[in-house]
Amino acid sequence: MTTTETPDTLRRILDHSSRADPYPLYAELRRTPVARQEDGSYVVSTYRELTDLLHDPHLSSDVRHLSRPTPATDEGVTPAFINMDPPEHDRLRRMAMRHFGPPHTPGLVAGLEGDLTSVVSGLIDDFADEEQIDIVDDFAYPFPVTVICHLLGVPREDEPRFHLWVNGIIDAIDYNPETDPKEKLDKGVQARKDLRQYLGGLLEQRHGRPGDDLLTRLANDDGPDGRMTDEEIVSTANLLLIAGHETTVNLITNGMLTLLRHPEVLERLRDRPGLVVPLVEELLRYEPPVHIIPWRAAYSDITVADTVIPKGSQIMLMLASGSRDPNRFHDPDRFDPDRRDNQHLGFGSGIHLCFGGPLARLETQIALTELVRRLDRPGLVSDPPPYRRSPVLRGPLHLPIVQGRS
Amino acid sequence: MTSADNLQAFKRDGRIVVVGASLAGLRAAEALRDEGFTGSLTMIGDEPGEPYDRPPLSKQVLTGWVPADGTTLPRRRDIDAEWLLGVPADGLDLATNHVRLADGREVPFDRVLISTGVRARPWFVESEAALDGVFVVRTREHAERLRRALAAGPSRVLVIGAGFTGSEIASICRERDIPVTVAELAPAPLVGALGAMIGEIATDMQRAHGVDLRCGVKVTRLEGDAQGHFRRAHFDDGSTVDADVAVVSLGGIRNTEWLRGSGLAAGVRGIACDTGCRALDLNDLITDDVFVAGDVARCPNPVYEYRLISLEHRANAVEQAEVAAHNMVSGQADRRPHLSIPVFWSIQFGVNIKSVGVPTFADEVVVTQGSVSDRRFVAAYGYQGRVTAAVSFNNAKWLDHYRQLIERAAPFPPPCPTPDQPVDMKPVPVDFPGPALLAQGATVVVTGHDPGERRVTAAQQHHR
Repeated sequence: MTTTETPDTLRRILDHSSRADPYPLYAELRRTPVARQEDGSYVVSTYRELTDLLHDPHLSSDVRHLSRPTPATDEGVTPAFINMDPPEHDRLRRMAMRHFGPPHTPGLVAGLEGDLTSVVSGLIDDFADEEQIDIVDDFAYPFPVTVICHLLGVPREDEPRFHLWVNGIIDAIDYNPETDPKEKLDKGVQARKDLRQYLGGLLEQRHGRPGDDLLTRLANDDGPDGRMTDEEIVSTANLLLIAGHETTVNLITNGMLTLLRHPEVLERLRDRPGLVVPLVEELLRYEPPVHIIPWRAAYSDITVADTVIPKGSQIMLMLASGSRDPNRFHDPDRFDPDRRDNQHLGFGSGIHLCFGGPLARLETQIALTELVRRLDRPGLVSDPPPYRRSPVLRGPLHLPIVQGRS
Repeated sequence: MTSADNLQAFKRDGRIVVVGASLAGLRAAEALRDEGFTGSLTMIGDEPGEPYDRPPLSKQVLTGWVPADGTTLPRRRDIDAEWLLGVPADGLDLATNHVRLADGREVPFDRVLISTGVRARPWFVESEAALDGVFVVRTREHAERLRRALAAGPSRVLVIGAGFTGSEIASICRERDIPVTVAELAPAPLVGALGAMIGEIATDMQRAHGVDLRCGVKVTRLEGDAQGHFRRAHFDDGSTVDADVAVVSLGGIRNTEWLRGSGLAAGVRGIACDTGCRALDLNDLITDDVFVAGDVARCPNPVYEYRLISLEHRANAVEQAEVAAHNMVSGQADRRPHLSIPVFWSIQFGVNIKSVGVPTFADEVVVTQGSVSDRRFVAAYGYQGRVTAAVSFNNAKWLDHYRQLIERAAPFPPPCPTPDQPVDMKPVPVDFPGPALLAQGATVVVTGHDPGERRVTAAQQHHR
């Protein structure tokens, strides 16, 4: 039987009132690992079925393979590789990876450690003496944008504009048609356009010039796959920015929230900074920034857990539910930084495994280590904090904390 | 070890000896301590140094990227063992439970793990094998010597045998712009492991990279100069090749000779065991205290009709070691079978080749995803209508899916198309040369007439 016993569960998960704690609803969902919804789409919520699907070559990321395509995003814009299938996906991702990670650029992320630490230190310096701090606005939000600007080679004087565009785009993602003014949406559309235009202009200057930043290297690539078109480079840069931004904000914020909810772990981290490595992995399992892959398409009939998902169906992958599946993880609702065999779905799996994962890991490791080291007896102001609207990229809207109080 | 009390006592103060201190031996020792074994642990190894990793020896070590002594295996935990290194084991006495070393020492045990692995098959003429410039690659000393020979800029390298190791070495030579001739008895490289279709692709790859590839020929003689340096190779078709380095890569010989007379089912194909890694004796009776893991083990795999399969794959050594260690310190009810689907990888000519399953257990093969001409594809292998293996060229991320197909005995050919559809999706015969890997000649004879007397004994063993 594939139709969920509680057809209401998904609706309740998507409803904002369950944002602070969707996990009991995920448990409800897992009673039917592959659940057909009334609209003909499928929701998959158990670890094994999720990993099976993520490695299944019949699962498509190309919207054109849905029998009922989702609403169009930016018309006429070259899609980024996250929304493509092989071989085009592989080609573009490979060309981008040449300049980001091993084997061709092995030391890039590790080499950023000094830079990241100084950005983090600078941000903390600005509020070190404040009694009340918003971890989101004062810290987690500005941090990844600054990093991606350095990586792409955005001139320092342009960074403030960059921050504004990113804010506009992220706000629009959170747009609620019932309560928000339409300007919020329009502002997002405009910001996307402005950002693309800016990146295109920047790219034009980089052709034929030497330089170590990602845009310059992509603009002048002479690898075995040739060179990306300018359109492709802009789409790729845009993807790294958008996909790498709010996810990192949420991971850092979720991390601080989780540490404040587990003061004994916070103490351990302060005494033994090396704990941060397994701790961030556990965080990616326990409070991941991406909860749901909202759609994938069945390119042909897919059999999973004895269910045949027909060609063209929309499939929703509940990653955060899979990472809490008791059939895979012992005591899954416990935050345990010493957990072994922690193959979480925090970065997805398969060919679309998070491109920026190594950078997000390092950013979060440094951010949490430094926050814990420098904040003076931090405490939560409210629990739970207010959450953003999105059930997909889930995280607090603000995380007010106090420090220095005895 | 029948009662729980005995098991507890054994875990506390028992004596375990591990013969073979390489990857499987080390990982088993670590797993034994993880499982709570606190008794005495003795590691016996014929090589003098600490356990090291072998896959890089035919790859990164030869390019000089990784120094030979940089391959020492990382330790996952302290194993608190006594190490008896530099002396090989020479005998196993199961009447008194002793391992005998070549220097005459005797090491007593309650349980023993055999992980003596494989050594390189040497060139068949001893005097020719001894020529300066003739190499095999199995140990890190071998790899270091070959690296130095390649760094000296030889005029040409001859690689004898185009299996995985030979092909990897040929690839490294081309990477370093050293002229190389590859001689292979079979019709194509890799054909013995992966069949004719992949063999043809491997042929194209080697030729495209400037390898002088000669298939269907046999090297008959290695000729040296007056100083005893290798200079020329003679082939059975009458032709010759001048080179100053010859790399003999004709596979391995399982290190089982020391078990002659032990009563175990040990021979040229390895040591037979059950899926719990317990060794079988010659009568096919399961022993209680002798376990086997790694390249030397010959283990039945239920997925492949329970046939006994020996694998020289790194992942298999690790998994078997962990199963063996668990079962060595567990009661009957808690024992686990080693049921994993084999995987291996190779890097050559810029291509990452990775496989899952047992490709030799197949009658047909079909390209299921990608493009052969772009050297990025997956090929699925089938046996009587079910998927039994898959090989990927620069497409390894899909292999988990094929592992599932194998585990579930999914139909072959896989029926549904994927977005990255190959030009031709017609299955072709897999076409392995020579006898199938899994059905070789007998090694035992049955003696005795009375039911109480009937036993099998080892037939005369001979290396080919």
